[in-house]
Amino acid sequence: MTTLQTPNGFTLDNSGRRIVVDPVTRIEGHLRVEVNVDHENVIRNAVSTGTMWRGLEVILRGRDPRDAWAFVERICGVCTGCHALASVRAVEDALGIRVPTNAFLIRQIMAKVLAWQDHVVHFYHLHALDWVNPINALQADPRATSQLQQTVSPDNPRSSPGYFRDVQNRLRKFVESGQLGIFKNGYWDNAAYLLPPEANLMAVTHYLEALDFQKEIVKVHAVLGGKNPHPNYMVGGVPCAINMDGDMAAGAPLNMERLNFILLKLQEAYAFSKNVYVPDVIAIASYYKNWLYGGGLSAHNVMDYGDYPTIQGDPSTDRFPGGVILNGNWDEILPINPRDPAQIQEFITHSWYQYGPGQEYTGLHPWDGITDPHYALGVNAKGTRTNILAVDENAKYSWIKAPRWRGNACEVGPLARYILAYSKGVAYVKAQVDDALDRFNHMAGTALTPKQALPTTIGRTLARALEAHYCAHQMLDDYNAMIANIKAGDLSTANMTKWDPATWPKEAKGVGLVAAPRGALGHWIKIRDGKIENYQCVVPSTWNGSPRDPRGTIGAFEASLLGTPMVNPEQPVEILRTLHSFDPCLACATHVMAPDGGELSRVIVR
Amino acid sequence: MVVCGAEENKKPILVLGIGNILWADEGFGVRTVEYLAQHYDFPSHVGIMDGGTQGLYLMPYLEDLDTLIIVDAVDFGLPPATVHYVCGDEVPVAMGARKISLHQTGFQEVLSLLALRGCMPRSIHLVGVQPLTMEDYGGGLTAEVAAKIPVVTDKVLDLLKLECSVSVIPRQQGTETFGISAIARDVYEAGRPSEKEACRYGDERFLTLLER
Repeated sequence: MTTLQTPNGFTLDNSGRRIVVDPVTRIEGHLRVEVNVDHENVIRNAVSTGTMWRGLEVILRGRDPRDAWAFVERICGVCTGCHALASVRAVEDALGIRVPTNAFLIRQIMAKVLAWQDHVVHFYHLHALDWVNPINALQADPRATSQLQQTVSPDNPRSSPGYFRDVQNRLRKFVESGQLGIFKNGYWDNAAYLLPPEANLMAVTHYLEALDFQKEIVKVHAVLGGKNPHPNYMVGGVPCAINMDGDMAAGAPLNMERLNFILLKLQEAYAFSKNVYVPDVIAIASYYKNWLYGGGLSAHNVMDYGDYPTIQGDPSTDRFPGGVILNGNWDEILPINPRDPAQIQEFITHSWYQYGPGQEYTGLHPWDGITDPHYALGVNAKGTRTNILAVDENAKYSWIKAPRWRGNACEVGPLARYILAYSKGVAYVKAQVDDALDRFNHMAGTALTPKQALPTTIGRTLARALEAHYCAHQMLDDYNAMIANIKAGDLSTANMTKWDPATWPKEAKGVGLVAAPRGALGHWIKIRDGKIENYQCVVPSTWNGSPRDPRGTIGAFEASLLGTPMVNPEQPVEILRTLHSFDPCLACATHVMAPDGGELSRVIVR
Repeated sequence: MVVCGAEENKKPILVLGIGNILWADEGFGVRTVEYLAQHYDFPSHVGIMDGGTQGLYLMPYLEDLDTLIIVDAVDFGLPPATVHYVCGDEVPVAMGARKISLHQTGFQEVLSLLALRGCMPRSIHLVGVQPLTMEDYGGGLTAEVAAKIPVVTDKVLDLLKLECSVSVIPRQQGTETFGISAIARDVYEAGRPSEKEACRYGDERFLTLLER
């Protein structure tokens, strides 16, 4: 083939030069991407491959469902808390367990602290370097940075020229020491970097502030989740007791002093996202006002299950409403039912799995999901089974399955949630988006509408920042609700009535859904005779990184790269920028280094 | 986790096991600190931590330590199950040398960020073991590598004694559990589903077929 029209409205042309970037990230299974560029270096075909087999589902079979959270917490170093939460929710759903109000609220606070921290870490540690040139920050006049800071965020007290000069000196010392470390891998001479020096210095300064603040926010998890860095979860509630008159001894129940400490940290987080993170994203975006690429599937189909209700068990109170938008029709939100076998299905036609004879084109609902690896390259693949030079996207080419909603590929993540919430008219989100766009348009001299600005790489990054701040806003509400509940005399944190497997039915099945930082996360469990019979995780990166399905529909990663012009195909800044905007996991290194720090990732142009 | 305490005038020391327990010998570091915590009592300024694969998220625990002792499965290019020790500047180099594991490059970045922020530990040590296999998803440590837990434990105790003047006391076994009992080594390994239930092969670029 040369040119092909996909059923979901994209044009693919694989006739041009093929560029391979491997790995893009090494988490949740490594990610590799191959693109074809035309004679003007515009991306015309994109193929994303999950390059690592993750068979978590199969190793859970036969285990105690109450222990599943501890296993799934180890899938990946970044997503520990959301997998654990999805797991306990799935088991509670299967067994009909309702957790006490305090547990409901404590879990929400923990999930939002995690989301907030995850978003901040993602932006400053991983993604900012796709936009910001830290080396160029050495050229900045700290007075210009101070002026810029006061313009973009008047409420930020740390804005003096002296403050920025100190940071610049610290940075210079680090660079001059010859150990560039984390900054050693960038394509800093690439013309794709557009920030002036003063903006680069502002961003690098906040990168350091974000690092400083990390150690403060994790203390909330330590108080509520106990054992850090792997917080504790429990089927039926939370493993921490409340005793308002208790002392501060290690392992002691939550008391007023600890709760006050949590409140202080939540307030600090709120101030950081309001005064630093959100203004930074708007300011940086304004310098890239003409780089409105990367929207891909988000302009068509988005999905989330919905989460964070104010009333337990009542989805109509979800602060992130669930649903599906198809074909860019923001006027209609279709309801989603994760239990309906006709709605969510996973296909393996282009994935290295098999469902059995005659099932190659069948979609399976996660409750009936099969995880049976079948590694084989297509006839047009180049290289060998152990050293692939180019995959054959017409055959199987990824370890990621292809989940679909009623046959439709959907983008998931903060941008999907923000498009859903904005379309539904969630007042807080609407005000946030409109305000952010006003500020962006004012700085950039543009007049972009939400529908033009949101479905882009920049929009994806902005939505994540806004979501972080919305999480901070919500956690303070959750905190107040918890204090009111405790003061009303409810100290319960766990419902143990169905802890004993003897109380369980012979067979049960459930689903646990979480608005995870990277998008819609679902765990589906089947329990038989007190043991796990089947377990399937459909994670956000499965939705976004999915390969093609039997109809040839492409997923979010692939769609997002199409039409993007590259300054220099041998320095795939644009590819990394857009793929990183999905936050495809990060702790295990996204900026991959050789021992001398020399290599970002392998890029092959052929 | 044993929380780093504030014993007077003593800067904290951390013994950090890293790795993924779900990937066979990749779990060596975590299993070794589990063993340490189960068998010895440590003074309050010595922390014993299961860091998993948390990379950047571990940074808050690593700031301004006096001494950091990392235990990990590292590809040094040595024969399987060989114990190898490096310290100082050699640590980040060793941890990034071969990108076979999911966490090593991430941890190298953590060390780099500590340097940038000027809060590197006064001294850093890495006690590693060369893994035999990490290609057995859902599996435990191989017998050869598991046999090195006491050896590496001795090395860690020597470092604490010689570098930090810390003496530890063997404790009565079984008096304290470390971490979540569902994924403690014995429970995790004994409860493994059969190979029929849980396949143990996959992508040949990463996974070679185990002896069947």
